[in-house]
Amino acid sequence: MTRTLVMEGVSKRFDTGTVALTDVDLHLAAGDFVSVVGPSGCGKSTLLRLASGLDHVTGGTIEVNAHSTSYVFQEPALLEWRSAIRNVELTGELRGVPTSDRRARAQEALDLVGLTGFEQQFPRQLSGGMRMRVSIARALVTEPDLALFDEPFGALDEITRLRMQTELQRIFQLKQFAGLFITHSVSEAVYLSNRVIVMSGRPGRVVADIKIPWDYPRPPELRYEPEFGAITGEVSAALGEHS
Amino acid sequence: MKTTTTEAGPEREALDAVGAEITERVIAPMLPTETDVESAAAADVADETAEQAHSGAQSTPWWRSAIRQSAPILLALAGIAAIWYLVSLAVLPQDQRFLLPPPHEVFSRALTNSALMTPMLEALGRTMVVAMIGLVIAVVLGIGWAVVMSSSGWAERILYPYAVIMQTIPILALVPLIGIWFGYGFPARVIVCVIIALFPMISNTLFGLQSASPSAHDLFTLNKATALQRLTKLKFPAALPSIFTGLRNAAGLSVIGAMVGDYFFQQGPVGIGGLLRTYTLRLQMDALFTAIALTAVFGVLVFTIFAVLDRLVIGRWYGLKR
Repeated sequence: MTRTLVMEGVSKRFDTGTVALTDVDLHLAAGDFVSVVGPSGCGKSTLLRLASGLDHVTGGTIEVNAHSTSYVFQEPALLEWRSAIRNVELTGELRGVPTSDRRARAQEALDLVGLTGFEQQFPRQLSGGMRMRVSIARALVTEPDLALFDEPFGALDEITRLRMQTELQRIFQLKQFAGLFITHSVSEAVYLSNRVIVMSGRPGRVVADIKIPWDYPRPPELRYEPEFGAITGEVSAALGEHS
Repeated sequence: MKTTTTEAGPEREALDAVGAEITERVIAPMLPTETDVESAAAADVADETAEQAHSGAQSTPWWRSAIRQSAPILLALAGIAAIWYLVSLAVLPQDQRFLLPPPHEVFSRALTNSALMTPMLEALGRTMVVAMIGLVIAVVLGIGWAVVMSSSGWAERILYPYAVIMQTIPILALVPLIGIWFGYGFPARVIVCVIIALFPMISNTLFGLQSASPSAHDLFTLNKATALQRLTKLKFPAALPSIFTGLRNAAGLSVIGAMVGDYFFQQGPVGIGGLLRTYTLRLQMDALFTAIALTAVFGVLVFTIFAVLDRLVIGRWYGLKR
């Protein structure tokens, strides 16, 4: 089976001399949802920038087998002069997709994230959670094989955050892309992923690769099972040893 | 629920805070099951719909915006008139009152004197033409200059000092030179106007072009946007609010520039600045005050036009909440 993303011995040293990552191996296939947790400044975001091609490795190799890669940023990064649907259409516009086609796809993507009826709203008129939904719709509209998430729910309140996790899991189950998800939250990582990768403090390297056993869809109350607690405990312990 | 008032007000924020606290204390401890999450999602959407309607999906007619924009300025003018009366009637002794006659005397004498008013209004018209031509040139040049500067760090480092130098050389130091080079008529007046109005256009536009977030730039990079797409779909729209700020400043300055031009370059048909000088030399106080009042009204008018334009274009991004 071809891997969607293959990272072998990846290192990144910035021009300033800071070493962000050393010797990272990471393999991702369609249907994988992998979360990366680690202390602040361990190069988690750098990992995504390398995978997306926004930045280049200084050691090792990266291979991406995807016709389309999408990126969800920490903040929604919406263009505030565009309505929700026009924000979602943007990627198609930049890639030269014909108007009627991209309008239809944008509508589908907004329906998928539960924003039917909010197409014409401007970002300032939407709540934080809804803005992030638009941002996710914009990423999904290109039908990505590889979806990169850079701590997208970090700025949301707890209730919205739990709800967004459920939503994202439903979408993942439907679309079966390869997902790489950066987060600070251990429970978010365990709830969403079939694998959780723990990184050490700078320079970042992989210190644990923990398999999460449950099938999708996972009910929200899974978070309160003792077994869930045991696994988050294992991840937290790995984090604690190496931070 | 539709309201025509646009301010949310502190009370509403306080209410929201209370609502948030209730949500946290009462709802958070409950274990969210699948159905809980779904019904909460429905309630959330309903909440947001209500909030959205509250923020005023209603469009405000432009004239109302014009009144709202100019009312404080008109009130300020009324305040000035009040001080004027006070000084004229209460402060100045009778024999010095000619220095500042009360407003109604000034304006009733001047406005009924058509031999005075006709040339004054004609002069004001000429000055307006100079100001508007100067403004258009300053806007085009300023935006173009800023776009070139925003295209690369080098361009900015090379071109920005010229903008600063032009801003810092006092215009009065340049006036004799402009006269020698371009004559003492219409073109020289426009040039003075452009020099005065250009800098706020350049600096505000540049600031705006650089205001798009790094993530938005990354998004464009990831989608392989061309430089032109990045300019027209990201940098320029992001710059629009700043460009309007620049426009308001430049419009006010272009009026000043046109009058300074009139004042010093008196060849050809006279502008209002030229008349001001004549009135001053002849101590025609009524005419002088009327001319000053006319230019003030003109300035307010220009400011209002651009403020309304700003609301019309930018306002809808913010749900007309500004």
